[in-house]
Amino acid sequence: MEEINSLLQGFAVALTPYNLVLMLVGIVLGVIIGVLPGLGGANGVAILLPLTFSMSPTSAIIMLSCIYWGALFGGAITSILFNIPGEPWSVATTFDGHPMAQKGRADEALTAAFTSSFVGALVAVLLITFLAPLVARFALKFGPAEFFAVYFLTFASFIGMGKGSPFKVIASMCLGFALGAVGLDKVTGTLRMTFGHEELLNGFDFLIAVIGLFGIGEILSSMESGLKFSGSHATIRFDAVLRTWKTLLTYWATSIRSCIIGCWMGITPGGATPASFMSYGLAKKFSKNGHNFGKGEIEGVIAPETAAHAAGTSALLPMLTLGIPGSPTAAVLLGGLMIWGLQPGPLLFVEQKEFVWGLIASMYLGNVVGLIVVLTCVPLFSAILRVPFSIIAPVILVICAIGAFTVHNSMFDVWLMLGFGVMGYVFQKLDYPLPPLVLAIVLGDKAEEGFRQALLGSQGSLTIFWSNPLVASIMGLGAILLFWPLLSWIKERKAVPAMQAHGVVGGAGNSQDQIGRLAQLRQRNAELKQKLAAAMIEHDGLQATTIDQLEADNRTLEARLERYEMEIANSRKDRGN
Amino acid sequence: MMKLCKPAGAVAVKLGLLLIAAAVASPAVAQTWEPTKPVTFVIPAGSGGGADQMARFIQGVVAKNNLMKQPMIAINKGGGAGAEGFLDVKKNNGDAHTIVITLSNLFTTPLATGVPFSWKDLTPVSMLALDQFVLWVNSEAPYKSAKEYVDAVKAGDDKKFKMGGTGSKQEDQIITVAIEKVTAPKKITYIPYAGGGAVATQLVGKHVDSTVNNPIEAVSQWKAGALRALCIFDSKRSIYTAKVTQNQAWSDIPTCKESGLDVQYQMLRGIFMSPGVKPEQVAYYVELFKKIMATDDWKKFMEDGAFNQTTMSGDEFKTWVEANEKLHYDLMKEAAFLAPGK
Repeated sequence: MEEINSLLQGFAVALTPYNLVLMLVGIVLGVIIGVLPGLGGANGVAILLPLTFSMSPTSAIIMLSCIYWGALFGGAITSILFNIPGEPWSVATTFDGHPMAQKGRADEALTAAFTSSFVGALVAVLLITFLAPLVARFALKFGPAEFFAVYFLTFASFIGMGKGSPFKVIASMCLGFALGAVGLDKVTGTLRMTFGHEELLNGFDFLIAVIGLFGIGEILSSMESGLKFSGSHATIRFDAVLRTWKTLLTYWATSIRSCIIGCWMGITPGGATPASFMSYGLAKKFSKNGHNFGKGEIEGVIAPETAAHAAGTSALLPMLTLGIPGSPTAAVLLGGLMIWGLQPGPLLFVEQKEFVWGLIASMYLGNVVGLIVVLTCVPLFSAILRVPFSIIAPVILVICAIGAFTVHNSMFDVWLMLGFGVMGYVFQKLDYPLPPLVLAIVLGDKAEEGFRQALLGSQGSLTIFWSNPLVASIMGLGAILLFWPLLSWIKERKAVPAMQAHGVVGGAGNSQDQIGRLAQLRQRNAELKQKLAAAMIEHDGLQATTIDQLEADNRTLEARLERYEMEIANSRKDRGN
Repeated sequence: MMKLCKPAGAVAVKLGLLLIAAAVASPAVAQTWEPTKPVTFVIPAGSGGGADQMARFIQGVVAKNNLMKQPMIAINKGGGAGAEGFLDVKKNNGDAHTIVITLSNLFTTPLATGVPFSWKDLTPVSMLALDQFVLWVNSEAPYKSAKEYVDAVKAGDDKKFKMGGTGSKQEDQIITVAIEKVTAPKKITYIPYAGGGAVATQLVGKHVDSTVNNPIEAVSQWKAGALRALCIFDSKRSIYTAKVTQNQAWSDIPTCKESGLDVQYQMLRGIFMSPGVKPEQVAYYVELFKKIMATDDWKKFMEDGAFNQTTMSGDEFKTWVEANEKLHYDLMKEAAFLAPGK
């Protein structure tokens, strides 16, 4: 195997002490960049690019790509802890990662996120190592129609995401499309919906919307619910990593699916953000615990993180082999290659063997180093939640404001972010789902562009969307997912008689109503149980911290338990008689 | 004949006199000013494109050769087809710590969108080079020359040929409209993409029939044998004679005119500053860019991208820009690309 030989040579290049130190520095810087919302991998690499001019190209790319890996890892941290996605592709991580943190399982969520990222990246690197030339040719098959099909598939896999009314999902998504359409219409080259305001030239940047909707919205909700983070009571357990690893193994199916989605989206090049959304949407559909998604399901963290990292890594493949960047960060790296006198493109693998294989070897090593760095810091990161809200909330606000400002270096964006924050809060109060809105802002204009480019090329004929096997199969897959809610509805309808037989649903009447009623009652039931527990704790004043108080509390609890157990035993006897 | 780019040679003598007059009038324009804080280098385009590559390259050259005491920080402000970046520079009246690199959107964006700015709102510093445009087709396409290409368009169905390009109502589409005059009455379908790299890849994947990519955007695919260069939209052939592909150098690409496609177009790669800056501040940057252009790195960059190395500054540059704006106005008016009220 020629590849293995080349790779071993690559390891020899990458594994010098100097390069290892650069890797470590890169990862740490990357994590910091990933944590700061708005700064982003692309900006981070651009800022640090000049630092690398004095190095050899191989060392430079090792450090810069490690910044990139670090940013991919780091994006998950703030998403999980504070509901603030540091990077666009970690938005989907907030959906379940943050509820996990609220339940005091931040360490598990972080471990799951980091480990999944690593797995995703590893699979993508293996792909790059052995299939680069083959895969690169596949990317060339993607024209506008194919791109639109991919975005369509992403939207379709997300339909039925919201817990509430489907109409609220549609309303939220349409608002996202409208916001995404503001600014320059790339196909006609004219401005639309800016109403003469220069500030709106850029449209509504996705990052600003996300920082506001999620980050600020979350702070507003926390303020309402008592000026503290739920989940702050979590004890710090150092065995969290090993414990979580055991459970991760049971989700192998989700991992494999997410890897495939991620690699595919990275190469095509749809990018890490759509990959993470699509992977989350599909995991929700296929998981046994799908109904629990959004409430703190570990699978909801594994799916987007694996896919985002697989996509982020495989995005470097089209860059190296074709000279087209698969992500903004890859674009900046591409600029770096030129300054070092390397010409990215089909011949890079032939002309610059040492460089390319050094880079690929550093992908393996960088991810291993990265995983070790972030995993050792898990207890540290989870401890941040224990800092009092009154201290951490202003810090988060400032970081959010800086993040929003950094996107375009404009103060207007900071106000915009605050506006989005209020909107996020209102959405939450009115029970409108945010994910469809965000998804539409991110991908709406890209999908529109692909759609219109395809129609330009086909002279307005819609048949272009099933004109070849590739685009037709992606569109077909999208259509199946789009009608999935309908299919599962039919399935449920069939299941009703069976449920009636078991006494789950009783009486006559419209069976669909019965199912809806059942779901509502179940939800209410679960809510009441939760509230009851909280009320009991409040009522009995069971919030002890010192030894003496804890002893007293435990006595109260024991007494209660004894009483309940007695009552249960009595009632059993009664029924027995 | 279609001449899209007029050299400013005719006015050079007059300009020279003006320059002398200016020098006599203000003898104190000595190089005393220097930046006192980091200099922001605005790129009015997204990352990865030609302007971005050049700006980041310049940033690298400055850092590598220690040409400035203060750091130079390149930032992308590509919103609204570059309007974001230009408005930003325009707004910072008198700020000598902001410079901007231009592409043709300096002219096309205000004309097509009606966003209120023009080059007159900025202070011209230097022309760094003129970027070339080349007519590319997939190497598996049957056309070996621009003439065969034009004949094929003429013989085919109307709008059957697809031209991929960067942006809408910008340089690539302007050239396409000019080509359509030669292929009349047959029209070409222009499909706008986000960036030059994507355009070249679409051509390799045969999703479009041709492109007018800048050399630097397509060179790697050309080298690898995936693309064929039919002609260059300049008045004369490129001066770079070193072989790029196995048997072709940039100088081997015929001009479009000599292949029967009489269209010429080049794009300004220049530097501008905010309005209201002092002459000694402009002079500092003129000198800085002279130093940059004297480096070996720059010369290699020029050759890699087959740039036309015309450079100028001062009033000569100003006159050139004025003429070039007029040219874009006329072209866009003819193509009906102007925003209402322009």
